[in-house]
Amino acid sequence: MSGTNRADPRPLSPHLQIWRYHATMLASITHRFTGMAMYFGTFLIAAWLIALASGPETFALFEPVIASIPGQVILFLWMVAVLFHFANGIRFLFWDGPHIGFDPKTASAVSVFNYAFAVLGSVAIWATAVWL
Amino acid sequence: MAKSQYLTPAKVARGLGSAKSGTTDHIRQRVTAIALAFLVPWFLFSVISASSAGYDGAAEWAGKPWNAILLILTAGAAFYHMRIGMQIVIEDYIAKTGTRSALLILNSFAVIALFVTVALSVLKLWIGAGA
Repeated sequence: MSGTNRADPRPLSPHLQIWRYHATMLASITHRFTGMAMYFGTFLIAAWLIALASGPETFALFEPVIASIPGQVILFLWMVAVLFHFANGIRFLFWDGPHIGFDPKTASAVSVFNYAFAVLGSVAIWATAVWL
Repeated sequence: MAKSQYLTPAKVARGLGSAKSGTTDHIRQRVTAIALAFLVPWFLFSVISASSAGYDGAAEWAGKPWNAILLILTAGAAFYHMRIGMQIVIEDYIAKTGTRSALLILNSFAVIALFVTVALSVLKLWIGAGA
């Protein structure tokens, strides 16, 4: 296979470069990107729970990490990723199951909505968490 | 070639590609997604209210039976979903057999180790609460 060690000769997914930019395509890429980001962000959430189970001393070491500015930025971005992946994931379930929302206009509108939901939802949740 | 003359097309396809097992990951990805559609809102709401109450409040929250059950369910569904998602990305973009296999194994090890550790942590908090 022309010098590359391919695992098998089946075709790979289309590469980013060959797509024309449009809302649904961007939402699909963002879905995958947020999925990867959450994969590592979830390690931090798991660490919080593990620190909690390890006892007050370990928890006291871990809490300042989350409370620091980089910790808070990561947490906020994790929240945006979760909300986007959540909204866009439900859209995928509607596509896969009852085949709802497939026509281009609806699909594009839902894509834009998902971005807005992720950002505004995170700000709303953050504000509520800070003020309560 | 001579051998395949005596095999039906179904026999040749079975066990390969999409014959029976190819859709397993696709379906499991969606089933865990349906579970997470309910578990994630609970988790976010719950964790935000619990984490504002310091160590004692958070430990008490995780020690309650319902919270412990939902926490382990959330972790199980999330880690399974994460594992399939990362696996698909590795399979899509990493063409070299060695690197690809190494990353796929690393993905499985990391996710399973993390799930076991989280589940045990929740169990410890639950038992520690004396429920």
